[in-house]
Amino acid sequence: MNTQEILHKYEKNADNLLGLLHDLQDGHERHCLTPESMGAAAEYLGLPASYVYGVASFYTMFSLKPRGRFIVRICQSPPCHLLGSTDVSKELVKALGVGFGETTADGLFTLEMTSCLGVCGVAPAMMINDEIYGNLTATRVGEIIDDLRRVK
Amino acid sequence: MSIYRTHILVPVDEGTVQAGAFEVKRKLEQEIREKGLDREVKVVESGTVGIIGKGVILVVYPERIYYANVRPADVALIVDEHLIKGRMPRGLKHFTLDLKGGMKSMHSTGLTREQRRVVLDKTWRIAPDDIRDVLASGGYRALEKILGEMIKPEAVIDEIKRSGLRGRGGAGFPTGLKWEFTRKAAGDVKYVICNADEGEPGTFKDRLILEGDPHKLIEAMTIAGYAIGAAKGFVYIRGEYRLSIERMQKAIDQAREYSLLGPNVLETGFAFDLEIKKGAGAYVCGEETALIESLEGKRGNPRVKPPYPVTNGLWQKPTAVNNVETLANVPDIIAQGADWFRTLGTEKCTGTKVFTILGHVEHPGLIEVEMGTPLREIIFSYGGGVSGGKKFKAALLGGASGVFIPEKMLDVKMDYESLKENKAVLGSGAVLVMNEDSSIVDTLFSILKFFAHESCGHCAPCRIGTRQLLNLAWKLHQGKGRAEDCDTMLRLAEVMWSSSLCPLGQSVITPVKSAIENFREEFNARVIIHTEEVRG
Repeated sequence: MNTQEILHKYEKNADNLLGLLHDLQDGHERHCLTPESMGAAAEYLGLPASYVYGVASFYTMFSLKPRGRFIVRICQSPPCHLLGSTDVSKELVKALGVGFGETTADGLFTLEMTSCLGVCGVAPAMMINDEIYGNLTATRVGEIIDDLRRVK
Repeated sequence: MSIYRTHILVPVDEGTVQAGAFEVKRKLEQEIREKGLDREVKVVESGTVGIIGKGVILVVYPERIYYANVRPADVALIVDEHLIKGRMPRGLKHFTLDLKGGMKSMHSTGLTREQRRVVLDKTWRIAPDDIRDVLASGGYRALEKILGEMIKPEAVIDEIKRSGLRGRGGAGFPTGLKWEFTRKAAGDVKYVICNADEGEPGTFKDRLILEGDPHKLIEAMTIAGYAIGAAKGFVYIRGEYRLSIERMQKAIDQAREYSLLGPNVLETGFAFDLEIKKGAGAYVCGEETALIESLEGKRGNPRVKPPYPVTNGLWQKPTAVNNVETLANVPDIIAQGADWFRTLGTEKCTGTKVFTILGHVEHPGLIEVEMGTPLREIIFSYGGGVSGGKKFKAALLGGASGVFIPEKMLDVKMDYESLKENKAVLGSGAVLVMNEDSSIVDTLFSILKFFAHESCGHCAPCRIGTRQLLNLAWKLHQGKGRAEDCDTMLRLAEVMWSSSLCPLGQSVITPVKSAIENFREEFNARVIIHTEEVRG
């Protein structure tokens, strides 16, 4: 779906801005919002560009930087912390060779932190794109990342 | 419609999906087809049973047998032994369940112990994506009663007031009163909002209600709309809850089809419709005015209160904002009456409460019990106690903005009043159990990291306070604290409590104070003694 098609799914009301930004981001091959897409949203809804930028930069689910094909989001909340998310995070940094908020050189992975994913029963947990991975251990994250590398 | 001798429920939630629920379901359907049982046995996808971390679960009706940790390889055995030969397969873990009075099992502890289920009553025995199943199990009966018997909106509000229902999102405000304020507020256009922006760490009760029984929320919101005089409602769901959004949307579509939503609800002329709004990752949006701002398409900054949403809410119109769990109580109160509801829980805190039991426990998961159930029973009976034979150290109650409970307070009763007397909060109902090996200092550090990230930056006490607290906690976490750091943290948290704009900044004091007051020696152990020699 191109930008115009996405925009026209919505009525021209300001309260549709978040939904629109979600769709524009999902529709972008690098899972991000660009100055162009935010500009198009602003124009369509009749809002100032600065306003749209303000909203987009407020919420953690929106990224203004291009991201990889797989967005790895590791949960940082206390239940996951208690059950070992720190070790898992370290292993992820090692396996991917990038820090938090960064993307691997091959454009495959972006590593991010996230607040509680609401799957604390299987803590420590992470989300890769829309998939939840739980009961993580340092060994298991290594395997998961390797598997995804092979899939490409 | 055909009649089946056996129904097998496959509870679907993020946990079971992760363990391979869909794979097991496919295998089960295939096996049943191959054995020629597909006209006798039906496989149904249901909401959660509340048992978490036990892999894929199957529930077989009418025998009420459930299997845990089912792997695709076990399916053939279950079909051969259970479905064909009618006996329990050996080597697989199974329990019996009694669905009327809650759950009973061969075991006296664990999550299958008897519970009192109201809001989660149906989540695991209906197919949430099939409205016919919902209707057959008594769904929308309360709405039908109100509209059919033409009960006045004021009478509906009175019934809710009389039931004693209080908000389950954390603050515990009486729901009936909120509705009455909204109804009496001036203006023709009013709104109902369901707060499903569940972001409190360690909490996922709302997600399981949304996924397991979305129609119950639709019914409750329609009743709320009727009571306060609103024609439109919004369900604000956090963006991360993909399955909840899908299930809810499907339920709304089906309800419209059956004219349970729309311009002419149940052909009575009453108009009410719902729309889902998806959040985008901001803890502060769980605060009702920030949620309203976000719903309007703005940054989720909280508003100055008063005025409250009941008079100046969405687009400055009177708005009732209710939590998912709160709303999920409404249909049963209407259908069974306030007097029935008052028999549950305590005098001042009626009804039930959903708790998520997490951390170092034998059986992590979700239970619904009456208000006033002692914490000890929740952790040791339902949760099966501390895992791995370790000793209990503390429980963090109510998520990040919650309170650390030491062992001496374990007998506290879990209701708003008793907890308040003990300077604790019920919060969202998250119970995070910590064993003797875990560190309170490190957990507090993790909590403060969370607050520093989630502070929206709108007001200075919270923006600066969370950052300063994090710096101090980091020093202690690294074992480089100073003797006065704990007192500085307490003072900072107190300033934030008295001067922050919204509950986010105001509630930071709860974990900070309870951690330091109850476990001071642990903090002291992380302090460097700055003697003259050390300083050089």
